[in-house]
Amino acid sequence: MQDISGKKSVFFAFSAPTFIWLTLFFVVPLGIIWLYSFGENVTITKIETTWTLDNYRRILEPEILQLIGRSFWLAFVSTVICLFVGFPMALVIATASFKAKPWLLLLIMLPFWTNLLIRTYALLNILGTRGRLNDVLRWLYERAEQFQAMLGLERLNLLGDGFTPLTLLGTPAGVIYGIVYVSLPFTILPIYSALERMDNSLLEASMDLGAGQLQTARNILIPLAMSGIVTAAIITFIPALGQFLTPDLLGRGQVDMIANVIERQFKKANDWPFGSAISLTLLYATFILLALRSFYDAARSKREGRM
Amino acid sequence: MRQTRSLPVSRRKFLAGAAAVGISFKIPKGALADGGKVNFYNWDTYIGENTIEQFEENSGVEVQYDLFADNDELFAKLRGGNPGYDLIVPTNDYVERMIVAEMLMKLDHSKIPNIANIDKGFMDPAFDPGREYSLPYLWGTIGIGYRKSAVETVPSSWNDILSSDQYAGKIALLSEPQTVLQVALKAMGKSLNDWTDENIAAAEEMIRNQKDNIVAFAPDNGQDLLLAGEVDLAMEWNGDILQVMEEDDDIGYVVPDEGSLVWEDTLCIPKGAPNVENAHLLINYLLDAQVGADTADYVYYATPNSASKALMSEDYTGNPAIFPSQEAIDKSEVSIYPGQAITRKIDEAWTRIKAG
Repeated sequence: MQDISGKKSVFFAFSAPTFIWLTLFFVVPLGIIWLYSFGENVTITKIETTWTLDNYRRILEPEILQLIGRSFWLAFVSTVICLFVGFPMALVIATASFKAKPWLLLLIMLPFWTNLLIRTYALLNILGTRGRLNDVLRWLYERAEQFQAMLGLERLNLLGDGFTPLTLLGTPAGVIYGIVYVSLPFTILPIYSALERMDNSLLEASMDLGAGQLQTARNILIPLAMSGIVTAAIITFIPALGQFLTPDLLGRGQVDMIANVIERQFKKANDWPFGSAISLTLLYATFILLALRSFYDAARSKREGRM
Repeated sequence: MRQTRSLPVSRRKFLAGAAAVGISFKIPKGALADGGKVNFYNWDTYIGENTIEQFEENSGVEVQYDLFADNDELFAKLRGGNPGYDLIVPTNDYVERMIVAEMLMKLDHSKIPNIANIDKGFMDPAFDPGREYSLPYLWGTIGIGYRKSAVETVPSSWNDILSSDQYAGKIALLSEPQTVLQVALKAMGKSLNDWTDENIAAAEEMIRNQKDNIVAFAPDNGQDLLLAGEVDLAMEWNGDILQVMEEDDDIGYVVPDEGSLVWEDTLCIPKGAPNVENAHLLINYLLDAQVGADTADYVYYATPNSASKALMSEDYTGNPAIFPSQEAIDKSEVSIYPGQAITRKIDEAWTRIKAG
């Protein structure tokens, strides 16, 4: 096989479209946002870059820090839940039969065929105090009550004074539910691809040599899937941090995240410099996460190199 | 597909998602004389059902019709320069913003004889004295939509939803920072344009104290929450409540005694419009008595057009959710654009409410 990576002309020809695309639609807009973040509104529609740090200083206001903190917390909890739910699912898909695998993957992708807004409205219908979920819970409660009466235990009043619908919308739990729902495919796929590449004979060897299931999972399975898990965590966490539709609809405006503030700056508040400054601050936070990831990779390959 | 009488679909409905996808369509045309074009940028479901086609047939002008979901989207589209719109429909305080930002063109009243149809009371508003830049299209109020069977008495004060815990856990407010604080000012008996620091702080505190009693800051779906029974009181635009009143007799609408915010959507020509002549032609057409009546009948918002109103049935003109009592109107105010500095203070107050 010829090595094309060494030929400069080939490299440029192949990378030019990507390079132009990235420059026009990523670097340039981001540069404008960066300039705005040091700017001031001179008129309603005009922003002048005065190199003021006021927009960044405003991020240190307690309410902004509080919302950033809440965003990190909600994104973190959602990511942890996604990993716990996603890992077993990825394992199931990776170890499924050759025939079943594409179907299982299709099921993971299926939600993407519907617009996020519509899926979120559907969740509203399910999670509301008079939604479908509570219908099911109410039904179960009534059955349990009948059962209790059948046993003649009404006097003990084991079930309380009546059915209280579960309140999910407008609470952090509702927002986390929404984030987990939209992020789960992004968690499953990287873990799946890591597990897919794994050599099953390693697991067999471990079991043959007397390790239990848990021990095998802890010492063989998870370490081998670790790079996929780290990727999954990052790819789940970062978009979760920037959610604004979910807090708006499932959080009912009661559990706002930082992206809601950003959105307002570009619309109702008409304060693009401040909105730009918060956006970039989040971007820097993301860069730090990605940097940590490459440190992790570097440390890992070094460790493996030594072995 | 529509039932016997048109059921208005809320124009302020949360369409951001749909708008992001970019809904726009072109009216199919028959044999038209070449009268040029006009690019009309309007709210969704905010014109008579056949008005555009009829205008095209009458004038030979081809209409390119596009929809926006809210004023912020309209403003954001135009702030970097007019991408080619000839006629837009901003709400009064955005008209003011756009006048300040020099985004609007002066109208030539001599080309719009149907101005004579407009109620004289609308012809000299504070946000556009002498109507140099804008003409009234439709108007409405913000009030309280309520479930009749769930309230002891009809809510008569903004304090019922903003500072009382009588309906705790059964209240939805709009998620509009400025409007909510303005209504809080009304609840305190103050002018909704009186943005002193003390007033902003007092309004902020009122909403903050009520936050736990509120189910939702609804991004324009308060009427759905009311209809679904998730709340019993919802602060909303009158047209949105009207929409669910059609579906459920147990829902009512009231403008509280302290008065409310009256808004007005207007017809304006943005600077840089490519077809100024045709835009005037279309404005004049929309202000025609029968055309205005067709639109009013379809969208069920209040018309400022006296000649159109005269053609409407009692079902419309006598509807208190469309035309509130004169007493309520007298106490109500039109919002004045407060300027960038106050807008920032309002937003900061809102962030504190949301973070708390």
